[in-house]
Amino acid sequence: MPCVALFISCFVDQLNPEVGLDTVRVLRGVGYDVDFPEGQTCCGQPAFNTGYWDDARPIAERFVRIFSSAEVVVCPSGSCTTMVRNFYPELLASHPLHAEALSLSQRVFELSEFLVRVAKVTDIGATFPHRVTFHDSCHALRELHLKGEPRELLRHVRGLELVELPYGEECCGFGGTFATKYGMISAAMGDTKAGNIEASGAEYVTALDSSCLMHIDGILRRRASQARTIHLASILAQREGPR
Amino acid sequence: MSAAAREFLRSAAEKSADLTHRQIIRRGIDQYNAAFERGRSRFLDWEAARERCQEIKWEAINHLDRYLAEFEQRVKERDGQVFWAETAEEARNYVAELAKRRGVRKVVKSKSMVTEEIHLSPALNKLGIEVFETDLGEFIVQLRNEPPYHIVTPAMHLTRGQIAHLFRDKLGNVDSEEPEELVAAARRALRRAFFAAEMGISGANFLVADVGMVAVTTNEGNGRLCTSVPRIHVAVTGIEKVIPRFEDLAVLWPVLATSGTGQPITCYNTLIGGPRRPGEVDGPEEFHVVLLDNGRSQLLADAEQREVLHCIRCGACLNACPVFRNVGGHTYGTTYQGPIGSVLTPHLRGIHEFQHLPYASSLCGACAEVCPVRIELPRHLLHNRRNAISAKTHSPGERIAFKLWQWTMLDAGRFQAAGWVARMTLRMIYRLGLAGSVLDPMRRWTKYRAALPIPDHSFRALWRKQNGAG
Repeated sequence: MPCVALFISCFVDQLNPEVGLDTVRVLRGVGYDVDFPEGQTCCGQPAFNTGYWDDARPIAERFVRIFSSAEVVVCPSGSCTTMVRNFYPELLASHPLHAEALSLSQRVFELSEFLVRVAKVTDIGATFPHRVTFHDSCHALRELHLKGEPRELLRHVRGLELVELPYGEECCGFGGTFATKYGMISAAMGDTKAGNIEASGAEYVTALDSSCLMHIDGILRRRASQARTIHLASILAQREGPR
Repeated sequence: MSAAAREFLRSAAEKSADLTHRQIIRRGIDQYNAAFERGRSRFLDWEAARERCQEIKWEAINHLDRYLAEFEQRVKERDGQVFWAETAEEARNYVAELAKRRGVRKVVKSKSMVTEEIHLSPALNKLGIEVFETDLGEFIVQLRNEPPYHIVTPAMHLTRGQIAHLFRDKLGNVDSEEPEELVAAARRALRRAFFAAEMGISGANFLVADVGMVAVTTNEGNGRLCTSVPRIHVAVTGIEKVIPRFEDLAVLWPVLATSGTGQPITCYNTLIGGPRRPGEVDGPEEFHVVLLDNGRSQLLADAEQREVLHCIRCGACLNACPVFRNVGGHTYGTTYQGPIGSVLTPHLRGIHEFQHLPYASSLCGACAEVCPVRIELPRHLLHNRRNAISAKTHSPGERIAFKLWQWTMLDAGRFQAAGWVARMTLRMIYRLGLAGSVLDPMRRWTKYRAALPIPDHSFRALWRKQNGAG
């Protein structure tokens, strides 16, 4: 069986472990062996995005070394994939590991991207009889250009009704440290997003990033909204009957 | 924290919670987006047009010395005058001195962000000179004694009702909310100014090097009146506005119009090459171009961020920006608002005073998607952030926090231990109902959101349980 190395974002590891487990189920379900290199911690994006490039660099170096032997790396996050694919080459420019980083950037994939473009499967055999809307997370959409892939996967989920999200490409307001540095702006953006989710009539909003969903979930619950968040991996892992 | 940063935080908090403001701006931008989409669809290949504009600006900016010298020479050949201003003060003084020497009492201005940048109007007012903004939006914000809200649509934050009220108060020559009546009232007030003014001041959208002409784009025809009726015309502009060739306008004009307002082409596109010549009946007696540097050549020297000078000030990135939509243009406290303002201002006015602006972004990238000259705005925001940290603009607290974060993340065992402690602490605090209190380490999160649900185990622990250790 072909093998993929799993890259689990630090906050998924700590706060959304079910997303990691569901990613494993999905990958195994389509015939891949999954390896989880246990030395991994974080890709370094929090420091990088806040401007602390010198602090992020050793973390990136470490990450590159840990995944150097992996043929393919899969991550259930568009943002963390973007960090490795699009920003490592710049962060590690003129660094001894630059060539390694460039090579890794070609071998790391976001989950939906991996399934549709690499594994070439669109029907995972999932069942999720609910009305669902999809929020385009910014890094996945604009840095990785993933627009059709997640929708293709959702369309093949049995019982799932996919409804369009008004202003679906508009940022939810998470933005990493932006969410706490400028909480009031982040919350106003989240509020707009939540209003649009409610207007879509969906029971669930899904996305490729737990970070955006964590923020959207906090806003939805604060508004006592009926809509719930769920990561794409968790929809794809749903089977008929109890699992 | 700088005074500008404190004021930004205060105003951002106020505007973010202002639902009326949010609705007004949303409506305006929805209209813009619909027009922009229509405009874009008129191009056979919009992406190719953007690419061409990017190439033109790249060529101009990377040979700025040559094209500016060519422009100057052509203008001088037609008896125009060119003044190189290194600083805002030099530019202000040049215009003020000229006005004083020529006995100017009244000035009409067409829209120009560079004159806002150098605070020209207050300087002229100090000399007892009356300045009339003649762009309708600028005229409105001038009556309100406010800076422009948006570089292209300066009064987009106002409703028709508010404008009617303002005109009734300040002009007294209209009592209606009908747009036609309101425009007619502004026109009556401005006509008098156009014919009384001794000096007209404009900006420039482009400086065309090979023909030595200033290209001015307006929708109201006010630019033409400002540059042709008064005795003296002064164009005040940044050095980055130069483009190599006349034919470059063939793509830049429609792209600017489409990105700015969704129009196929703006109503009035004027090229001005010098003062009235013998035998001509129209035009000013004197023509001056003030070329402003004011920090631009420093940006030019920065190979990493040089392309920021490609900006043609269309305002598309402001319209695309979700932060702009929520905090509004005035919150920035800068001449240039939105993403381009957050990239540019720290360069023009100092990273220490304005480091907060690059951080006031979720880095969503919507701006880069629409920029007609394809400036990688989110990358420049990241670079500004990195430069801010190198310039030590931040509190030692944050610095120490990131060092601690790094130490934790350099070892998987430490990361797991720290994660466990953090989860258990949060869980205890949330169980005691203390979410959002001073004891909540996540209170900056919880202030605006329901508390995070805290799981029992990390992924790693569950993975080990399922798959065995190692």
